[in-house]
Amino acid sequence: MTCLEVQALLQSYSDGELDLVRHVEMEEHLKGCDKCAEQEKRLQSLRSAVTSSSQYYHAPTSLRRRIQFARPRTLPIRRRPLLRWAAMAAGVLFLIGSSALFGMLLSRISNSTEDRLAEAVVANHVRSLQVGHLTDVVSSDRHTVKPWFKGKLDFSPQVPDLSAQGYTLAGGRLDYLTDRPVAALAYQRRLHTINLFVWPAFNDEEKAMRNLSRQGYHLRSWQQAGMTYWAISDLNEKELDEFARIFQEHSVE
Amino acid sequence: MEPHEQGLFDRAMLPHLDAAYNLARWLTRDEHAAEDVVQEAFYRAARYFYSFRGGDGRAWLLGVVRRTSFDWLAKQKAHAAAAFNEDLHDRGDESSNPEFLAIRKCDQASVREALNLLPTQLREVIVLRELEGLSYREIADVTEVPLGTVMSRLSRGREQLQRQLTVSSQEGEAV
Repeated sequence: MTCLEVQALLQSYSDGELDLVRHVEMEEHLKGCDKCAEQEKRLQSLRSAVTSSSQYYHAPTSLRRRIQFARPRTLPIRRRPLLRWAAMAAGVLFLIGSSALFGMLLSRISNSTEDRLAEAVVANHVRSLQVGHLTDVVSSDRHTVKPWFKGKLDFSPQVPDLSAQGYTLAGGRLDYLTDRPVAALAYQRRLHTINLFVWPAFNDEEKAMRNLSRQGYHLRSWQQAGMTYWAISDLNEKELDEFARIFQEHSVE
Repeated sequence: MEPHEQGLFDRAMLPHLDAAYNLARWLTRDEHAAEDVVQEAFYRAARYFYSFRGGDGRAWLLGVVRRTSFDWLAKQKAHAAAAFNEDLHDRGDESSNPEFLAIRKCDQASVREALNLLPTQLREVIVLRELEGLSYREIADVTEVPLGTVMSRLSRGREQLQRQLTVSSQEGEAV
């Protein structure tokens, strides 16, 4: 890394916002370069000046009370004759509750696969933006991007041109999800990047769109024509929905 | 709000009361206004709780606190950001001016003053980053600007803070 590159990333480094590879590269450079190390030290001392001089304002107790007690007390007080009914109700509730809990556990098990996948999608998305490795093949031309995947993957993803609808193709890259290489298509909407991950599905079922949100990102997943799709972006939900819809319409050949 | 919802709301939002107050206090720079803003923000948060989709309650609540603070500032006609011109305040980044003096003065009062002198837009990203420890992504969500803008505001905020603290330490020595 050159000093210029290091200085451009110094702030992200000091804030712990770089990926591991970059972080280590930066550490290496700072060990050997006094000039950059000096700047890093200045950032550190500024931070400690702010954080160590106790600038944090804690909420006064009066405010805490005001907020906690500014609520209507909603639970009615029960009288004695009702106690027996209450006990019975509690028994029924217990039965309902325990079966609900059982149901929740079951759904939790099937959800956890999706959760893990969603987390992996978020992680890949963030990494693609941070390390400036959004695309392996940079092109807004679908006829360049689509053939690029040939020979790199055991499937051929649909790469529709959506520029007329305001979603410009930025390029494609190889990524890794669910223990297999997948195609990642990058589309741009204004300043927002949409990563769309594509790989062959386990079955030919068509699955309707699922909505998820993780760490401030919105995710959409669906299954269409034997392919699994996961779209992720910091774009607002309405436009991400629109993107997913338009993509579905245009990827049918 | 139903009792069940109220419970959800309390569990998701009450732990972040300090964070809410800290942000409101730094944005309004007024201790009484900060209390009113936080109370109003909790009221709004309860009303719009249906739009909270789980996840990080702090970032969501801070977004509400921020909007409520700006509403208050607008009412006060002291909206520093309105008069803030990004070009005028952009005096190049730190790397173009390597002859920065080390900060020597970092007592509570000088740092507080230096922070308060920052334009609102720069102050809020510094507070969210350094005092609240939010990630760039979370700051972008709270302040409703792109990641790149968060990074450049942080950089400019730090640069101005550094300059301020260096200047005040020189003045301190001159006396």
